[in-house]
Amino acid sequence: MYEKNGEKYFVVDSHMHFWNAAPDNWVPGAEQYAKGWIECFHAYQGLGPPETHWSIEHFQKYSEDDLMKDVFEDGHVDVAIFQPTDLKEWYKEGFNTTERNAVMGRRHPGKFIYNTNFDPRDSDAGLEELKRNVAEYGSTGVKLYTAEWNNGSRGYKLSDPAAYRYLEAAQNLGIKNVHVHKGPTIWPLDKDAFDVSDIDHCATDFPELNFIIEHVGLPRIEDFCFMATQEPNVYAGLSVVIGGLMYARPKFFAKVMGELLFWVGEDKMTFGSDYGIWEPKWQVEGFVDWEMPDDPDLSDYPRLNTDGKKKILGLNAAKLYGIEVPAEYQLKNGGTPGAQEVLGQPADAHAASGA
Amino acid sequence: MTAPATSRVRAPSPAQLLGALETVRDPELDEPITALGFVASATVSVAGDVQVRLRLPTYFCAPNFAYLMVADAYDAVTALPGVHRAEVVLDEHFASDAINGGVAAQAGFAKSFDGEAVGELHQLRADFLRKAVMAGTDQVCRPLVAAGADPARLRTLTLGELPPSRPLDRLRQRRAELGLPAGDDAMLLIEPATGAPVPADAVPLHLRKARITRVSLDTNGSICRGMLRHRYNLPAVPQKPEGEEEQQ
Repeated sequence: MYEKNGEKYFVVDSHMHFWNAAPDNWVPGAEQYAKGWIECFHAYQGLGPPETHWSIEHFQKYSEDDLMKDVFEDGHVDVAIFQPTDLKEWYKEGFNTTERNAVMGRRHPGKFIYNTNFDPRDSDAGLEELKRNVAEYGSTGVKLYTAEWNNGSRGYKLSDPAAYRYLEAAQNLGIKNVHVHKGPTIWPLDKDAFDVSDIDHCATDFPELNFIIEHVGLPRIEDFCFMATQEPNVYAGLSVVIGGLMYARPKFFAKVMGELLFWVGEDKMTFGSDYGIWEPKWQVEGFVDWEMPDDPDLSDYPRLNTDGKKKILGLNAAKLYGIEVPAEYQLKNGGTPGAQEVLGQPADAHAASGA
Repeated sequence: MTAPATSRVRAPSPAQLLGALETVRDPELDEPITALGFVASATVSVAGDVQVRLRLPTYFCAPNFAYLMVADAYDAVTALPGVHRAEVVLDEHFASDAINGGVAAQAGFAKSFDGEAVGELHQLRADFLRKAVMAGTDQVCRPLVAAGADPARLRTLTLGELPPSRPLDRLRQRRAELGLPAGDDAMLLIEPATGAPVPADAVPLHLRKARITRVSLDTNGSICRGMLRHRYNLPAVPQKPEGEEEQQ
């Protein structure tokens, strides 16, 4: 929890990791990819405040104690949602698997939610593994990385028939929330890998699933927003938006927030630190302090008040995941977070005002 | 090697070489690769041998856009009079070998990524030019709106009625590249997919879309600059020459 000026914020970090990207985990022959991946992540950390930068060695492999201190002790987070990314073609034990997250998280009851993942290219065996993971870790969410390399394939679309088969199976197993992360590669490579139109199809065809698009579809914010406006079950995951822009590019941060508030709305935006890329402490504190600057260029964007910040920092994700939030953190004026109920009815279709 | 006819022409100067590279844009960000800091080095010998090294913000930047930049740089450099031989190399990218080899062999994208791509990149390039047209529309329209033009007025304006400006030149150029109307009598507000005028009731949404497209492009450019600076430990990558002011 975080308290400022008498206001109490319940913080759900809805997108964070516990990875091992140290050389001892690199797959022989794929070292350049393993190294390139973690160095790319490390460059993102460079967009945060200098005093929060880590050495590359620390960044490659941080400890359980580091995580507990950075996220909970210092970082104001109440509940953190692990989002796995396997990348087993490059990392021997995987980059950040459901299992690795859970082995660590189980030593800290009540602190973590374990999302799992799947890859539609893994056919029947993958479905079995999904089933096992849901049973073992109680997952109600999955994290999908569509640019993952798999046996010579450089990615997939979520609208592929195989992906639909997995989404159906996941839904039958009790999965409610699908976090999607787009990456630079997809088959075929001559198409735009960051295109989000496949999610548009899924969101329509799976109205009972919630699709949380991580880093708001960056670098395709505009395509994401046009799509999210039309789909009541599509959410904006703010990982990278806060971490990558709020400190390094405050004016762009204001503009991107303004666009998201206009197209998507504060009821459908969720905070995620993307830890270990960025520590949550400065993000939570900075976000609570943030206000749309008084600038004519930004005057027609919606404003964000304390209630809106409470929703984004925790209440929306708490609702998506059925996390119990003590009364003192609820909205004071009886308002309720707008996120679609974990088991409930689809929210009213959001229409962009003036659009 | 038998000297081609061009060898009698004097080799281009370093400034001419940079000038050629300045015409090459990141198709995704719609900015010159020179302004983005993507040209790591560019040299030309007295004999007209050109060596260009390009670098990108990450090891995993999208391979299709990376290919276009290397191929466009190669084309721009070899079109210079007096260039005898050109080598354009992308450094430290997961697909460097495929891209560098493919461009050197003039193989085209699909062949360079054999089995991983089904076509060339014309469609991708056109899609992003359309985004550039939308972003450019915002650049041109915002000062007009600030000066009091409402959507109904904007809808009646032709390009020839607008005051001259760099953003307007740029918008015309991008539209022309797409084969869209770009002359003085062309309407300011057109659908970038078809060139048709925007219907009256669609103008407010069109302007909103133009605006977010520009925010998106500028934000991506800004993130790429930050990543490049970190990756290569650069003191500062030049910011965008026009448009957004950073607060820091």
